[in-house]
Amino acid sequence: MSALAPLPTRRDEAWRYSDLDAAARTWPIDEPDRFVVAPGEQRAISLLQDAGPAETVIRDHRIEIGAGGTLSVHLLDVGGALGRVTFDVTLAEGAHFELKAALIGGGEQTIELVTTVTHAEPNATSAQTVRAIAAGKATTSYLGQIRVARGAQKTDAAQSFKAMLLDRTATANAKPELEIFADDVKCAHGASVGELDKAALFYMASRGLDPARARALMLQAFIAGLFDDMADEGERDRFDAIALAKLEALG
Amino acid sequence: MLVISDLRSEVDGKAILKGLSLTLNAGEVHAIMGPNGAGKSTLAYTLGGRPNYEPTGGSVDFLGQDLLEMAPHERAAAGLFLGFQYPVEIPGISNVQFLREALNSQRKARGEEPLSAADFLRLAREKAGLLGMDMDMLKRPVNVGFSGGEKKRAEMVQMGILDPKLAILDETDSGLDIDALKTVGAGINSIMRAPDKAVLLITHYQRLLDYVQPDFVHILADGRIVKSGGPELALALEREGYAEVIAA
Ligand SMILES: Nc1ncnc2c1ncn2[C@@H]1O[C@H](COP(=O)(O)OP(=O)(O)O)[C@@H](O)[C@H]1O
Ligand SMILES: [Mg+2]
Repeated sequence: MSALAPLPTRRDEAWRYSDLDAAARTWPIDEPDRFVVAPGEQRAISLLQDAGPAETVIRDHRIEIGAGGTLSVHLLDVGGALGRVTFDVTLAEGAHFELKAALIGGGEQTIELVTTVTHAEPNATSAQTVRAIAAGKATTSYLGQIRVARGAQKTDAAQSFKAMLLDRTATANAKPELEIFADDVKCAHGASVGELDKAALFYMASRGLDPARARALMLQAFIAGLFDDMADEGERDRFDAIALAKLEALG
Repeated sequence: MLVISDLRSEVDGKAILKGLSLTLNAGEVHAIMGPNGAGKSTLAYTLGGRPNYEPTGGSVDFLGQDLLEMAPHERAAAGLFLGFQYPVEIPGISNVQFLREALNSQRKARGEEPLSAADFLRLAREKAGLLGMDMDMLKRPVNVGFSGGEKKRAEMVQMGILDPKLAILDETDSGLDIDALKTVGAGINSIMRAPDKAVLLITHYQRLLDYVQPDFVHILADGRIVKSGGPELALALEREGYAEVIAA
């Protein structure tokens, strides 16, 4: 997706659930952020996307992780009319990629995460944990593609996606996709979409919690732990606080 | 304290309570007994304000307020406690966090100062001790992984912490072995036996009533109170069964 790339259409798999009008408002987009994790290096990055409600945000990342290297990414994606974050990650031998992401949308927001993780060499591992919450007419989407190259034996790739819909008009999409050209490979993915447990909400109310607080507590529990292993405590507290504020604002 | 007059209610459009009247005064313990499907839990849920349990007639006065007009959390703040027949599991929220938030919401609604974390823990430890519950269990998520008996004990710990005026306890005795029954019975007496409090015990069996002695016993059948009496009524039920006693 370079600056010269044509505007995507619905037929483009990676854009099938997107807000193309919002994308058109900002097209052409910037070059992707590129970076390389050196062999054996351990890196962690945290990304916060909390743009204003009228903005269109499209942030693409191209990442290469060298042999034995590790990259841990924490993402909180809550802003923009369209808030789209993508990762295209290539793993060398024995490399590890870890992603923990919360996608939270209300109003008419489209919040999406698109990942392509290529296990190019043997013994690489990847783990993606994504939690999405959609209220109002919002759409949250997770498109996760795993590619295992020929000869990339002992690949271990895991994806877990859970979404919570707060209103009938809200939408969650999950699209896992596997392209495997090796035979000794472990790929696990799970996806589920649910609603807040009404029995639990009544139980909480019967103990005196008002409905908004009961809902915020349950949603907090739903994304609990995603950011617990962030190394920078101040940053972790900031992520938790922004997530909570967003949850309380979903109204 | 609680005056229920000709209460009617529907569950998912089906009439269950068909004109139920009952008065509880402060200082009293009432037991409601009745066969399966009589509407005992429906009565508890209707009084608690559970969605889908729709009052369709009659009135309920609770401490001078129109109970049916209040939201469930307002009923709690006014002093109503519902002990659930099937307590709900809430993954990811610890008992301590849940109960502290709940207590402080109630206090706020009543215009009282919130309890500090330290004061709350002291209170929780005291009530857990009363019910023979390990404090570690209160640090775990609400009811998650608790056995049936542990859930019922935990309900009573919650009741002790929230300190209601009126407790409606829906089959709190089910799932308890005889030792637990004794502890829970003693807990109910210690928390709720007071001149300004009242208890509505919903039960299937006489056995809890050996530990928490009711002043009045009512038989609920087909959505109405069909017979009322003293503790001897529960004993007669135990001996003769519902059909005999209702017919008598
Ligand atoms: N969610 C529901 N939808 C329809 N009917 C229900 C529902 N819950 C309970 N009932 C019916 O209401 C009646 C009373 O049930 P309940 O109040 O649970 O009785 P009890 O607690 O006395 O055993 C029963 O006939 C039961 O089948
Ligand atoms: Mg019942």
